[in-house]
Amino acid sequence: MGPSRAGRTLTAASLALVVTTATGCGGFGGGSSSDGATAWALTGGSEEAFRASFNSWNEANPDREINVEWFANDAYKEKIRTAVGAGNAPTLVFNWSGGTLADYTEADQVVDLSGQVDGLTENVLPSVAANGETGDGLYAVPNNQTQPIVLYYNKKVLADAGVEPPETLDDMTDAVEALKGEGVVPIALAGQSVWPELMWIQYLTDRIGGPETFQRILDGEEGAWSDPAVMEAATAIADLVEAGAFGDSFGSVDADSGADTALLHTGKAGMLLQGSWVYPNMAEDAPEFVGDDLGHTTFPVVDGGSGSPSNIVGNPANFWSVSADASEEEQQTAIDYLNDQVYNEENVQSLLDLGSVPPVSGLEDEIAAQDDSEHLDFTYGMVRDAEHFQLSWDQALPPDQAQELLSNLSRLFLGEITPEEFGATMDQTL
Amino acid sequence: MAAPALLVFGLFALVPLAGVVLLSFTSWDGLGTPRWSGADNWMRAAGDPVTRNAVWLTVKLTVLSYLFQAPVSLLLGVYTASRSRHREALAVLYFLPLLFSSAAVALTFKGLLDPNFGLGAALNVPALTRDWLGDADLALGVVVFVIGWCFIPFHTLLYQAGVRQIPASLYESARIDGAGPLAQFTHITLPQLKYTFVTSSTLMLVGSLTYFDLIFVLTAGGPGDATRILPLDMYLTGFRSYDMGKASVVGVVLVAVGLALALGLNRMSGANRMESRQEGA
Repeated sequence: MGPSRAGRTLTAASLALVVTTATGCGGFGGGSSSDGATAWALTGGSEEAFRASFNSWNEANPDREINVEWFANDAYKEKIRTAVGAGNAPTLVFNWSGGTLADYTEADQVVDLSGQVDGLTENVLPSVAANGETGDGLYAVPNNQTQPIVLYYNKKVLADAGVEPPETLDDMTDAVEALKGEGVVPIALAGQSVWPELMWIQYLTDRIGGPETFQRILDGEEGAWSDPAVMEAATAIADLVEAGAFGDSFGSVDADSGADTALLHTGKAGMLLQGSWVYPNMAEDAPEFVGDDLGHTTFPVVDGGSGSPSNIVGNPANFWSVSADASEEEQQTAIDYLNDQVYNEENVQSLLDLGSVPPVSGLEDEIAAQDDSEHLDFTYGMVRDAEHFQLSWDQALPPDQAQELLSNLSRLFLGEITPEEFGATMDQTL
Repeated sequence: MAAPALLVFGLFALVPLAGVVLLSFTSWDGLGTPRWSGADNWMRAAGDPVTRNAVWLTVKLTVLSYLFQAPVSLLLGVYTASRSRHREALAVLYFLPLLFSSAAVALTFKGLLDPNFGLGAALNVPALTRDWLGDADLALGVVVFVIGWCFIPFHTLLYQAGVRQIPASLYESARIDGAGPLAQFTHITLPQLKYTFVTSSTLMLVGSLTYFDLIFVLTAGGPGDATRILPLDMYLTGFRSYDMGKASVVGVVLVAVGLALALGLNRMSGANRMESRQEGA
């Protein structure tokens, strides 16, 4: 049964309305209306490296300048979707690969880059480059540092409690008890932001059941969220919360204001599971602590689990896609920029100077030459040697499922639902 | 004479509103073309526990906010209108929150309430170091308090203006008849404030359907769904889950309820007739 004629007319009318309102306030130098290529990039994080790279390009190509606008993370995520939907996207579309990229490719909003960006992709670590490939082509290429999730700890706090960095989940449970006895929060967790809670269920599920478990969820297999590995991971989380591993006020801790890293470097917490992007912030806020007492290690293994201990989760990198709405000429400019500037010598160096690691192979010598090479070397090794690099679930899933996941995960951590209820509720989203 | 105003109102209020109504019957993820889906979104919204919970929370928040704001604003308004000393200085203090932006207020309270680095930790007051925004049972109470902190000054201002318009002769004759302060308050001040009360209540009740920025910054609807009222539900459904159809359903419901509430209050109070509260005036 197709839509009725009245229905079509209404749809067309409402679409016309939406498009006129969207374009009415869309005169921001979007791809279709401007002269020359444009890009929207994010502030914070590796902003300086992006600025340097666009400046180099614009100096070298005065006749083909790329006009860049800067946005904060959340504002960008809300704006880009409407812009892409209304055919007003910038030439270079910044994204996180995963579910959103799948949406773009499905709607034919981004172009296939296969064979056109070899200058860039030949140097990229394969586990990272793989995220830009969907089904039948290459639709996104990485553009900044790689961001694995690391278990950070405060050496002094752990030593005072007489515990070693945990190597297994059982060690972790013992460490929690010992740290509680010292009157500190065993593990800092920014529960108010919710997304740091994802890191726990991702790592635990991967260690217990391997990456296949989440692949089944991505493929939409029935009952995939109630998989024994997910259930065991959710139960481990419930047990940790029950044991007071995250203290009794993790729901008020906010990651955006850095409250979780502050707990760690002020010695109020023993451990913190967070993305490697927090390191530069900590180095700025508490240089002495980072120099003397900050430890980092991989996530513990779970006894009897089938996932490789080398597996990591996080964001392999952020990505550039090229808008299908841009003119041929603008697309060519964008592709030339990708080949010339992304991960060239200068770009790699400016990322390293920021304390972050680009996902490029054979960087060992450059890293050793940095002043503060230990953390760089550790995160680089993690990514280089990882058997599997799992993209953050909230990025990998389609947006509506990702929101359901965040909201139910938050309730699982708060103890409002049991692991079984979590699995059953999430199964309905498949 | 009203034509230009009507035109602007039509263009910027009615036309988009019609668009939202149409969108609520389509399935659209923000990319591509909206697809006609009939009443599907309405069915889904009606059956969705999250949206149902949002309706219930909105009612709860409206009632609680009203019960907190109305009496406090009335008493403060009457007090600041009197001729007591320090009134001017206090009045200035009361109106400060009116000048702050909601986002800034929310960020400030978020910082003050932080159990590890907030007010409680700084002053070493264990009673203040609770998990204010992370505990589902406390979060709504905190939200009601912060909203009250923001809006009570405005309503105080309304009541103060209302009290100052009451002719002094009424109080004089009451005093001659031997009425004490309490009797004067209940027999003169309150009845004379009827329309102020209606105006203030309408703004409070309809306004509580639109609280968004403050709660969004303070809790983003969390913990879990504990503060996800309808406006937040609409926003998160539309711009986080990209389910524009269902978000439009919530939008249409909000508009309908807001209109019904405002009209109903007007009708109930007889304020639309706007006759004077004073004999012979």
